[in-house]
Amino acid sequence: MYDVLIIGAGVIGCAIARELSKYQCDIAVVERESDVCEGTSKANSAIIHAGYDAIPGTLKARFNAKGNAMMTELSKRLDIPFKRDGSMVLCFDEKRISELEELKRRGMENGIEGLQILSRQEAVQIEPSLSDEVVAVLYAPTAGIVCPFEMTIAFAENSVMNGAKYYFNREVTGIRRESGYFDISTSAGNMQAKIVVNAAGVYADVIHNMVCEEKIHITPRRGEYCLMDKNAGALVSHTLFQLPGKFGKGILVTPTVHGNLLVGPTATDEDDREGVYTTGEGLAKVLKEGARSVSSFPNRQVITSFAGLRAHEDSGDFVLGEKADGFFDAAGIASPGLSCAPAIGEYIAGLVAAKLNAVSRCDYVAERKGIPHINTATKEEREALIAADSSFAKVVCRCELVTEGEIKAAIHRPLGAKTLDGIKRRTRAGMGRCQSGFCSPKVLEILAKELDKDISEITKCGEDSGFLIGYNKGGAR
Amino acid sequence: MTRELTCIGCPMGCTLTVEYGDGTDIKVTGNTCNIGPQYAQKEITDPRRIVTSTVRVKGGNLPVVSVKTQADIPKKLIFDCIAELSRIEIDAPVNIGDVIIENVLGTGVNIVATQNVESV
Amino acid sequence: MKHDLIIIGGGPAGLAAALGAREKGITDILIIERDRRLGGILNQCIHNGFGLHTFKEELTGPEYAARFISRIEEAGIPYILNTMVIDIAMSDARKIVTAMNEEQGLFTLEADAVILAMGCRERPRGALNIPGYRPAGIYSAGTAQYFVNVLGRMPGKEVVILGSGDIGLIMAKRMTIEGARVRLVAELMPYSGGLKRNIVQCLNDFDIPLKLSHTVINIHGKDRVEGVTIAEVDSKGKPVEGTEEYISCDTLLLSCGLIPENELSQQLGVELNPVTNGPFVNESLETNISGVFACGNVLHVHDLVDYVSGEATQAGYNAAKYIAGKTTGTAKYIPIRGVNGVRYTVPSSICIDNMDERLTVRFRVGAVYKNVKIVVKAADTVLMSISKKIVAPGEMEQVILLKNKLTEIENCNEIVIGVEVQND
Repeated sequence: MYDVLIIGAGVIGCAIARELSKYQCDIAVVERESDVCEGTSKANSAIIHAGYDAIPGTLKARFNAKGNAMMTELSKRLDIPFKRDGSMVLCFDEKRISELEELKRRGMENGIEGLQILSRQEAVQIEPSLSDEVVAVLYAPTAGIVCPFEMTIAFAENSVMNGAKYYFNREVTGIRRESGYFDISTSAGNMQAKIVVNAAGVYADVIHNMVCEEKIHITPRRGEYCLMDKNAGALVSHTLFQLPGKFGKGILVTPTVHGNLLVGPTATDEDDREGVYTTGEGLAKVLKEGARSVSSFPNRQVITSFAGLRAHEDSGDFVLGEKADGFFDAAGIASPGLSCAPAIGEYIAGLVAAKLNAVSRCDYVAERKGIPHINTATKEEREALIAADSSFAKVVCRCELVTEGEIKAAIHRPLGAKTLDGIKRRTRAGMGRCQSGFCSPKVLEILAKELDKDISEITKCGEDSGFLIGYNKGGAR
Repeated sequence: MTRELTCIGCPMGCTLTVEYGDGTDIKVTGNTCNIGPQYAQKEITDPRRIVTSTVRVKGGNLPVVSVKTQADIPKKLIFDCIAELSRIEIDAPVNIGDVIIENVLGTGVNIVATQNVESV
Repeated sequence: MKHDLIIIGGGPAGLAAALGAREKGITDILIIERDRRLGGILNQCIHNGFGLHTFKEELTGPEYAARFISRIEEAGIPYILNTMVIDIAMSDARKIVTAMNEEQGLFTLEADAVILAMGCRERPRGALNIPGYRPAGIYSAGTAQYFVNVLGRMPGKEVVILGSGDIGLIMAKRMTIEGARVRLVAELMPYSGGLKRNIVQCLNDFDIPLKLSHTVINIHGKDRVEGVTIAEVDSKGKPVEGTEEYISCDTLLLSCGLIPENELSQQLGVELNPVTNGPFVNESLETNISGVFACGNVLHVHDLVDYVSGEATQAGYNAAKYIAGKTTGTAKYIPIRGVNGVRYTVPSSICIDNMDERLTVRFRVGAVYKNVKIVVKAADTVLMSISKKIVAPGEMEQVILLKNKLTEIENCNEIVIGVEVQND
């Protein structure tokens, strides 16, 4: 019997687990996929929004401002790549500058500091690559960019350091209320917990509706993105939004915290909760509209494209809190969910702890150190890493300069990587311009060796995503 | 009978129309030079190919060794040749030129290793 | 450690360059190779067809590499394996090469001259903007080649190949021979970029359809590829509505072009030609950085390894000349340009004083041309005019410039190479 069972190991579930692990309680996190960060958390804009966008008084507004403020310290404590690059909302039409002012008013009401309307001349001073169409911008210095993988993994690892247990490849299929606890049936047997936390992303309505009288409904909203080569990463130094217009919210252009350029997303409502596909029209739209924001848009520098699903609840806001006795929702976490994650984690964990009358742990470990990266290390750091373990001098992924030492570290950490995608999100091997063409065989070999498996058992992202289907000539060993 | 062939004599890649009977006499049209008829004659009467593949290796620094037929063999024997290779596993070390199968399928052609595999 | 010459890359280009430099008397050479053996990509190209020009016989990739490796061993040219060069920088005229490997850790070397021979990589799916899901089962052809030819493992049973470049064609045959069913090869262009011989012996021999003017417009399957949708494309490469066809398969191989790997070169400040993605070089195959040479697929993507070896040998000769101080740094450079269908030339400038009696200029055309002339002009003088039955983008072309002819031309400010229609 667990005190708390959290459904979903995305950034929200892991943030809640981490905050809860500050208390004395037994935590289980149950995830249907084979790793953390396999749903919406892995395919989004990787932005920590400033918080001017949400309507004052909404949960989105409240948690965005708080979450953003928490990131400075969190990123240090948990070693999460994060940078306050500042954002701009671009206005392309003199007649619409009033809408920038409206956004600014909203932001001030939400408690966002430093918001400024800049004229074209002022904006170009700090962002020279703005397109000729830009007439004015709303500048938000507190906006930031983050690595969403590392953020999720850091939350998860830190919670494991403090006793949380993670169960992968385990889909929740039913929740039955017993006296004083829940009996949760999963694809790998039943589990029991006093409290259930629903952080199931695009499935959160399904989970919610298993327990609660008042039903909710989530629409997966598909967003397509293009990621560009690091050669294009320095094109802009701020996150550039477009003023929402009649054609939707607009396409953002942003540097990523690792130095690539990210462009997107589109917004298409989906029936399929697994519909993470891109379309020809979608990708074309991303490139066409992204090009409006900057001069000399590098549309031939795309190295990969992807789609993610935002869990849009019908109310338009997050669904947070105890919605049935002992059942807590963190549902409908669409944009700006990533920005809100730290604050949502803290909030839900607080509610759960109060319900459990849990007390703080005295042995809580607050710091977590990520895998060292040769690519970003200084010469001295590189030398020290290599002196301690020579496999940090053996390059596996040449595009992102990732070594065998890093890959082995990713495998042997708490919640270590078991799949190629797991390695990619933890180390960036395969994330670069050749998109794993050269390193995937090597990474497969290292995974197989370290996990004592045959390379054919290693998958891209879990069970049915194997790479090698047999031997040449149909032979067997 | 009539068959269309693409001449591989040069980058032109002429489409050759070949008329032939049971004998070795053939009639070629569509060629722009005299490589065409020569190529067609060989392709119609005795098409041959070099076969390259891999053979499993025990105890080597590589799991397989690349091999080839030392000369071309009749095209129709390609898959029989592969079937022969699928049945064998050899011990490391292997050196370039080592005969892996002698006189494969009675063709008089040996299968040889095309790379070195060291013992580990 | 200081060397006369450091060669970055121990594939066909690096090996031939080292032998070239040694032939011209340079003894202090070091080859740095990132893989566990010399030979580069040839080691996984186990098919035959290599070396017809160089050795007058038909070898497989590993055999071709082995010939060069044994020459390297015989000449006693030092090399280090499993070593990645992570930076090249200049310190006055000397080149500082930073590398790492397990034995030596992070270390720096100095050299008078450097030859870049890092090869190329394959264009990934993302660069092609193919929509759909992102399941397992999508490989660049070269990655699949590694699995099949080096590991002896099959990446799939039912295969669609996008791109009819030679690697794609070769893999169609290799996968078929090893037990897979190759459904088809789709090619965006109205012609194949591969050799005729490969179309016949890799596709026709096994009844594999080649769909010209077709592309993959969707990838199906959430975990593993379940199928792809292909469609015909119009003359602008846009899918034609109504021509979509679903092809069930578990694997999609991509053979859609190669890109020279010039990240290191860029760190050093080497200027790249946007057409080739390789460095601009002069008659000595020297980049804009004095004493830094380039050859092989890092310079421009070649069709035949024999030409790589030839070009790299020349780079080795030229580096030797540079090290011996026999080139002039101040002489006049004449640009050499491709016009009328010639997309680029290597070299892109020449200094007549520094050139040998004969200089090979390599180039590619942008479309298929039949019954044309390749015309080389300098200051309006026609230097040569060569009749060609066919020239095609898939095949590298070359002309040889003669020093004595060029010195005869007054006011030679530019050399142009172009395709012209035959009048006769």
